[in-house]
Amino acid sequence: MNTRRFDALIVGGGGAGLRAALELARSDYKVAVVSKVFPTRSHTVSAQGGITAALGNVDDDRWEWHFYDTVKGGDWLGDQDAIEFLCREAASAVYELEHMGLPFSRLGNGRIYQRPFGGQSKNFGGEQATRTCAAADRTGHALLHTLYQQNLAARTQFFDEYFALDLVRDAEGYCLGATALAIETGEPLLIEARATLLATGGAGRVFRNSSNAMINTGDGLGMVLRAGLPLQDMEFWQFHPTGIAGVGCLITEGARGEGGVLLNRNGERFMESYAPHAKDLAGRDVVARAIAIEIAEGRGCGPHGDYVDLKIDHLGAATIAERLPGIRDLSLRFAGVDPAQAAIPVAPTAHYMMGGIPTNLHGQVVAPARFGPEEPVPGLYAVGECACVSVHGANRLGGNSLLDLVVFGRAAGRHMRDHLDENSYARPLPRDAHEAGFARLARWERAGGERVASIHDDLRRTMQTHCGVFRTDATLRAGLCELDQLESRLGRAGLTDTSRVFNTARIEALELENLMGVARATLVSALARTESRGAHTREDFPARDDEHWLRHTLYSREGDAIDTKPVRLKPLTLDTLKPQARVY
Amino acid sequence: MKFRLYRYDSEAGGKPWMQEVDLDIDPAGKMLLDALIAIKAQDETLSLRRSCREGVCGSDAMNVNGRNRLACITPLSELKEPIEVRPLPGLPVIRDLVVDMEPFYKQYRSIRPWLVNDSPEPEVERLQTPEDRALLDGAWECILCACCTTACPSFWWNPETFVGPAGLLQAYRFIADTRDEATSARLDNLEDPYRLYRCRGIMNCVDACPKGLNPTEAIGRIRSLLVKRRV
Repeated sequence: MNTRRFDALIVGGGGAGLRAALELARSDYKVAVVSKVFPTRSHTVSAQGGITAALGNVDDDRWEWHFYDTVKGGDWLGDQDAIEFLCREAASAVYELEHMGLPFSRLGNGRIYQRPFGGQSKNFGGEQATRTCAAADRTGHALLHTLYQQNLAARTQFFDEYFALDLVRDAEGYCLGATALAIETGEPLLIEARATLLATGGAGRVFRNSSNAMINTGDGLGMVLRAGLPLQDMEFWQFHPTGIAGVGCLITEGARGEGGVLLNRNGERFMESYAPHAKDLAGRDVVARAIAIEIAEGRGCGPHGDYVDLKIDHLGAATIAERLPGIRDLSLRFAGVDPAQAAIPVAPTAHYMMGGIPTNLHGQVVAPARFGPEEPVPGLYAVGECACVSVHGANRLGGNSLLDLVVFGRAAGRHMRDHLDENSYARPLPRDAHEAGFARLARWERAGGERVASIHDDLRRTMQTHCGVFRTDATLRAGLCELDQLESRLGRAGLTDTSRVFNTARIEALELENLMGVARATLVSALARTESRGAHTREDFPARDDEHWLRHTLYSREGDAIDTKPVRLKPLTLDTLKPQARVY
Repeated sequence: MKFRLYRYDSEAGGKPWMQEVDLDIDPAGKMLLDALIAIKAQDETLSLRRSCREGVCGSDAMNVNGRNRLACITPLSELKEPIEVRPLPGLPVIRDLVVDMEPFYKQYRSIRPWLVNDSPEPEVERLQTPEDRALLDGAWECILCACCTTACPSFWWNPETFVGPAGLLQAYRFIADTRDEATSARLDNLEDPYRLYRCRGIMNCVDACPKGLNPTEAIGRIRSLLVKRRV
């Protein structure tokens, strides 16, 4: 069997994985990055608006205000120690990116350009803050390319176009690496490492209307579920208010940050009635629900009344060209609209998974064990959208996602380095280490009836219909019934492509297995949470219920079990921000 | 709609062939990638790369009716039938529309594409005026799709020695960056009869770039910097 040995293994070549890899590669440890696409094709590249840090370049700002906004934005489900860590480290993480060469847009005085974003306030809920650092509206592109470039300089070893199959763990639960498939040759291999980091990103392809890249299939989540570990808060999916109607591609919140407004068919600026203070820059869940209600109540625009208008033409062609060139492109191409002339048709689109693999501040994966609900799994880490640390709680603020990648990517890299210092020798591999992963490949050697692609289409439709912006007990149960059928169909499906060389049909089948696990975790968790909080809206339980549900859900595959653990309300140094009504 | 697709599987042996496909699809509002995905749903042996499906990741560059384009932002309605889809020219084909990008990436790495600045780091950002920052516009947006480099005859003839338009555009991105301290080493790296000077100003790269960037102009600027430092 083809086996490779490294000190550390990073699964995923997006912002989180590359930031962690850099930390390790710069400290003389041998680090391998396994990515199913060439790293700059990762979904980080699509992030538009920016990265949030209280630099105060434009207006007064303090990281404590960022902390307040993030706790409130997450509807008090975020762990306040992790949020304090995120906001405290934000400025240094952004300066560090600038030092690495990230081409931030600049202010007249030469400092990093910042723009207002949704849910940002000064003085703990006061006036709008201006906190999101941007490279035009292609901040993710700038960030991902910069981190990739720095990893080239640091001589990180890349396994480009390798698909990770399963984690390798020993009887005591230590993670010893992972199995993977070389997509180009079809060769399976085992990568042994004393520390393994999952940075596999989101799983937004589980929904029909999605802003996510086609590669966002929750591969790390599937690996964790198959390893018998739980996923946290999987009922919380962010629907971004402004996806291009019918297509799903994102129009950044920065468009509203720069002064854009949402209008219904009567030309009314409807956000004024849903969020009198913050208006179009309320939390994303608030704006997405408002749009969904406008559409449902017959005030949508267009012949079918199925979208609302995002008007930015009053900003002028010059500002749009300078600050929002990417969304101008997208709008022209996918909506046929020049935003300097006419409004962009937008509707909510599945965008971000707040839940994921539970971790602590150091990126260590934690799971309930003998000594409590948050025991680290030795040798296993997770960072970025696939992880749930949890800083985003029940609803992520715009600009906090890129920040999450670099702050926790760096923290995990540092902790992995310490872990490697303390664990100089590799533990012996169990003899059957590769078996589970390779069995996944063998399963798809079998010919079968139905095509994988049609099952994936139906899965996306099921999740969209039964687990979208609004949910009820009945819709979620109906969703689970359909999911049972989809799973048995997948069990009977087969491939007609038997080639080993660049067999993307096989990759899509393996991805769909992961998405099925994500869908089940989402439906079961959403059914269990009998309250509405942040992005999780239960029409049958419209109120937030702090008495019973100021808790994280933990879903395990075995028996579809739901467990819970308390939210960490104690920050590192600040006073607890006690739950309050969330008004914008 | 009628398609002619380049098909090749090294494992199956045999020669590349062109597959005729008649697909029932309404082109209104759809991109070429939508059609290829629909074709793959019927015949899953068709291999191609794709990721963001919105023109920002650079995965699905291919040759469409003789022109290098990103399938995900190429409207079907603009294409003449039969739509002929081939892999990018000038790179070895792995399978169907998937090429071996390594010669392209190797040239990208050869220009040392990372910011070099050995001065002590300030606690805050290094300052850069908006005017200095604007020098990077038209260069930092490159998505490494290889549409330009694989449209360049000079690269077809000298893939080992000529950096190619994408690599040179990135070289310029760092030369132009006021924060970078390696300008002279970067110019040395390019002052070579092949690495830079194989560019003959054919300008296929400008035509091919799906992001509207202009590598030829950047190459011209590098040339004049080389001339300037000689006098």
